[in-house]
Amino acid sequence: MIEPQEVPDVIRAEHIVKSYGAVKALRDINMHLVKGEVLGLVGDNGAGKSTLIKILTGFVQPDDGKIFVNGEEVKLRSVTYARSLGIETVYQDLALVNELTVYHNMFLKREVLLKPFPLLNNRVMREQAHEYLKKIGVNIQSVDTEVAKLSGGQRQAIAIARAVYSNAKILLLDEPLAAMGAKEGALILDLIRGLKAAGEVSIIMIAHNYGQVFEICDRVNLLQHGTITLDKRIVDTALDELNELVMREYRIAATSSQ
Amino acid sequence: MAKDVLPDAAAQKTEPEKARDRRAFWSNLAGILLRRREASIIVVAILLVVYFQVSNQNFFTQANIRTISQFAAATAIISAGEVMLLICGEIDLSVGMVFAFAPFIMYFTYQAGLPIWIGIIFGLLASAVVGLFNGLVTVLLKVPSFITTLGTLFLIEGLNLTISNGFPVLAPVVGAFNQVFGNSPWSEIIWAIAIAIVMQVVLSFTKWGLHTVATGGNLLGASETGVNVNRVKIGNFMLCSVFGGFAGILEGFRITSIDPLAGGTNIMFMAVAGAVIGGTSLMGGLGTIVGAFLGVLVLSILFDGFTLLGVSAFTFDIILGAAILIAMILNVRLQLLREAGRQ
Repeated sequence: MIEPQEVPDVIRAEHIVKSYGAVKALRDINMHLVKGEVLGLVGDNGAGKSTLIKILTGFVQPDDGKIFVNGEEVKLRSVTYARSLGIETVYQDLALVNELTVYHNMFLKREVLLKPFPLLNNRVMREQAHEYLKKIGVNIQSVDTEVAKLSGGQRQAIAIARAVYSNAKILLLDEPLAAMGAKEGALILDLIRGLKAAGEVSIIMIAHNYGQVFEICDRVNLLQHGTITLDKRIVDTALDELNELVMREYRIAATSSQ
Repeated sequence: MAKDVLPDAAAQKTEPEKARDRRAFWSNLAGILLRRREASIIVVAILLVVYFQVSNQNFFTQANIRTISQFAAATAIISAGEVMLLICGEIDLSVGMVFAFAPFIMYFTYQAGLPIWIGIIFGLLASAVVGLFNGLVTVLLKVPSFITTLGTLFLIEGLNLTISNGFPVLAPVVGAFNQVFGNSPWSEIIWAIAIAIVMQVVLSFTKWGLHTVATGGNLLGASETGVNVNRVKIGNFMLCSVFGGFAGILEGFRITSIDPLAGGTNIMFMAVAGAVIGGTSLMGGLGTIVGAFLGVLVLSILFDGFTLLGVSAFTFDIILGAAILIAMILNVRLQLLREAGRQ
């Protein structure tokens, strides 16, 4: 299974195992993420996608297996540690505070202070947030807007922008297009496309909609019953192949339950 | 053709347009009152002042304003701490007992022969310890703060009665010190205003304030972002207790007597009521110190005004209850209106 390594892996997981009591959430995960690519992670509910993301983000520790970041073996013992290695996660709840403005959300825990006073330098934070959002093409009326007043797509965009702005090198997106209309979804796909073009970050994206995976991802991993059953570049596969694999899973489930 | 029609149409539209302008004016005004809760409380306060002045010529006199200020000051100081806690989604019911506890610690320290300023520091430290206890039990043992502080409420009340044997003592007299810390007629309200200003700056313009709002607005999200929500909560519990203790010390010097039954649940509920009337949400994430200060001021004006009019204390409680209910219902309705406005 050793591939020729033209581009280095920013993250590589080998033989990852994780059980919750009697339930084996992950059996034997082998996966990798190449610098600058967008990897789509698909699979049924309960296949282990969330557990895998939680392990890569340092929120959950695996029972067994090795993780390498930029070729070096690491123990992702905490979210803070994973973050210090440049791994940022955008959760489905987005971790935005409705009551705060866009720029305060962008700078939460990274506040710029009006040195030597312990006061917030709102002017600088406002300007930087405005400029950064403009640069990556996120359109909102004003960074002074409270986050509660934004649409689902805009909120998702702010959450992603915040993660990237904090110098993320590896971005984990947990269903960034969930519960979103086509227009809003297109906004996020554009944003991810832009990040890909800039080439600074590598992205793992959990998705339900295969169409969107084929739209944006370079490679897709299908997770079934705690193992990766398909790992192909998008150009080498087709929607039919993915569907066929998933349908076979359903058929097996149907026969075994009879 | 179209060019000919346009001016006519414009001329015809002047009447409806005027109406629209009027409507725009009112909706703008309503918008300001909706957004800035403080503005609507100031309007209420001014209306009350005008009403009481018309009803009773003694209302707007220096002596009466001083009375109102003294009535409002201690409660306003407590409400500043209570708002910080309410914003991060917690409440402190025990603060009224700390109000009586701190001056006793100060008194005993002074009796032991130490200077009065050490006594004040010890009083405030003891208050902080109560806050720390409230915070630790709430955050680490995951007991809801309503219950935690209900426990410490009775605990501290019993402690106050025990250490004082149930009797009030005379506040130490140390000249200028007394004047600064509550005894001079305007000293208490000056402290209250200063604390309100400082705390509003802390809330609006510091990291601590930002993290407090984030903790109450989205607890999980704030912790995922890396905000130490436990530290924020415990810190605000301590802050609230310290303000309660400080207000108690000022009050002790003002009335020259330290009473184990001072403060209690009454002053605590007045502080919470003031905060709520001032626009603080009991759900967390929303509120201002200035709003709470104005809320307490409105309650004090009401209390004083009705007293001057000879309305009985019983009636006053009915009015206070109704005022809190109306304020809360408005709060909820306005919140819904605001959310509707977002769509």
